[in-house]
Amino acid sequence: MLNVQKIREDFPILKRQVNGKPLVYFDNAATSQTPQVVIDAIVDYYSNYNANIHRGVHSLSQEATDAYEKARKKIQRHFNAKHAHEIILTSGTTHSINIVATGFTTLLSEGDEIIVSALEHHSNIVPWQMLCERTGAVLKVIPMNQEGELLMERYDQLLSEKTKLVFVNHISNALGTINPIEYIINKAHEVGAAVLIDGAQSCPHIKPDVQALDADFYVASAHKLCGPTGVGLLYGKEAWLNKLPPYQGGGEMIDQVTFEKTTYAGLPHKFEAGTPNICGVIAFGTALDYMNTIGFDAIASYEKELLDYGTQQLLQIDGLKIYGTSVNKTSVISFNIEGIHPYDIGSIVDKLGVAVRTGHHCAQPIMDFYKIPGTVRASFSFYNTKEEIDILVNSVKKAATMLR
Amino acid sequence: MSIQEIQEEIVDEFSMFDDWMQRYEYMIELGKSLPLIEDKYKTDDNIIKGCQSKVWVHAEMKNDQIAFTADSDAIITKGIIAILIRAFSNQHPQDIIDADTKFIDEIGLKEHLSPTRANGLVSMIKQLKLYAVAYQTQLN
Repeated sequence: MLNVQKIREDFPILKRQVNGKPLVYFDNAATSQTPQVVIDAIVDYYSNYNANIHRGVHSLSQEATDAYEKARKKIQRHFNAKHAHEIILTSGTTHSINIVATGFTTLLSEGDEIIVSALEHHSNIVPWQMLCERTGAVLKVIPMNQEGELLMERYDQLLSEKTKLVFVNHISNALGTINPIEYIINKAHEVGAAVLIDGAQSCPHIKPDVQALDADFYVASAHKLCGPTGVGLLYGKEAWLNKLPPYQGGGEMIDQVTFEKTTYAGLPHKFEAGTPNICGVIAFGTALDYMNTIGFDAIASYEKELLDYGTQQLLQIDGLKIYGTSVNKTSVISFNIEGIHPYDIGSIVDKLGVAVRTGHHCAQPIMDFYKIPGTVRASFSFYNTKEEIDILVNSVKKAATMLR
Repeated sequence: MSIQEIQEEIVDEFSMFDDWMQRYEYMIELGKSLPLIEDKYKTDDNIIKGCQSKVWVHAEMKNDQIAFTADSDAIITKGIIAILIRAFSNQHPQDIIDADTKFIDEIGLKEHLSPTRANGLVSMIKQLKLYAVAYQTQLN
């Protein structure tokens, strides 16, 4: 059992007011809030040991390098990667995806196939379309049903020896569906394809084990896990990372440089050109410690409780429809009220202190599937409460009355 | 009435309300009085870019004055475009080009719009002024 009231004390922002009302923060799928320990880690870094890493012999640089590499090890342990050098530190999920998509340019030829899912975020569609344009590879899409679940029998049909890559998110950001990634990975491996799992939405709820999953690549962002923005990771199996060429040229990623030839550094530095977000990576490590102390099992079961309560309460509202109704879903409720534009609802509930996302959630193909302009999305985190859900429900009711 | 006078009238009307809720309700009311665009003009070309909900605007010149019609799929947005059209419609193109839009700040519209919607507001004003520039060119 979580002591939610005590947990809320860890988050200074939850005490603030918005438009004269207490903040109800239900946009956790966009970014999570930051606990004091993570804020302290950021302040501590800039107050006490801010220095560039892997370069200086001076003490400050050593301390910063140690803290940075210690954070990489924490991330390795959290995701259960075999080696620390299989964790590439990036600016976030989008950056991580682009390293792989760009790297595969040299590994694909015309007629090869790439499979993505109908539930993808734009950041997991556009880089692959660009890769297809560069290589002549063909993009195939796993379709979904009305409940927002991927059709696995259709996936089976798409797979062939032409398939070189499969990219799916573990959890859909727009609908909250949890995809059967174990099945997807196993089936892809049967035809020799590599699999990239986008864990941006799942990491706040589920602790992944990349070795047990046998994922070839796994990407995620710190800011969805109570960490700072501008930090993320690319996990890749050592053999795959060695196959991919460097993404950017610059300092840190080299072994020897002459004007005739440069040899590249080994993993992970090959993919970490330039000065990284040192403070952000260290604070990401602190955020993982924080979340692991609370415990992902406890988080998941409490968030399920919030999801069930929120679903039940919202469905009491006349004309309200929920998009994404799989039994396998996380604490995300995407909804509309018949005849009312999601922006109108979002604008009004914001004035009542409730932060929800409105729009297409960077997943226009999903909105096109349902033939809607967008949805209102409320996403719950372990620091939210049922009382806050009541405020959401009352605010939506008020908005509906005004807008009808 | 001149654009300036209409804008002052709108500012007066909004000053009667104490809280944002009443202002929103009034905006929704104003949306209902919007001169609606004919369906045949509801084309992708007439959608204003930069708004997250759909806003269509059409302009016609009658007796050296521009008459605007519009519609939106979101009610609050419809209210916003209605306010703008009330200020700018049935005016000479040059007057529309010269008009300032300080009244938007004075009625507190901007602060009550999310940034994306505030950007949409700028796009809407820009589009109305673009029509005025186009028609003014014809007159010259």
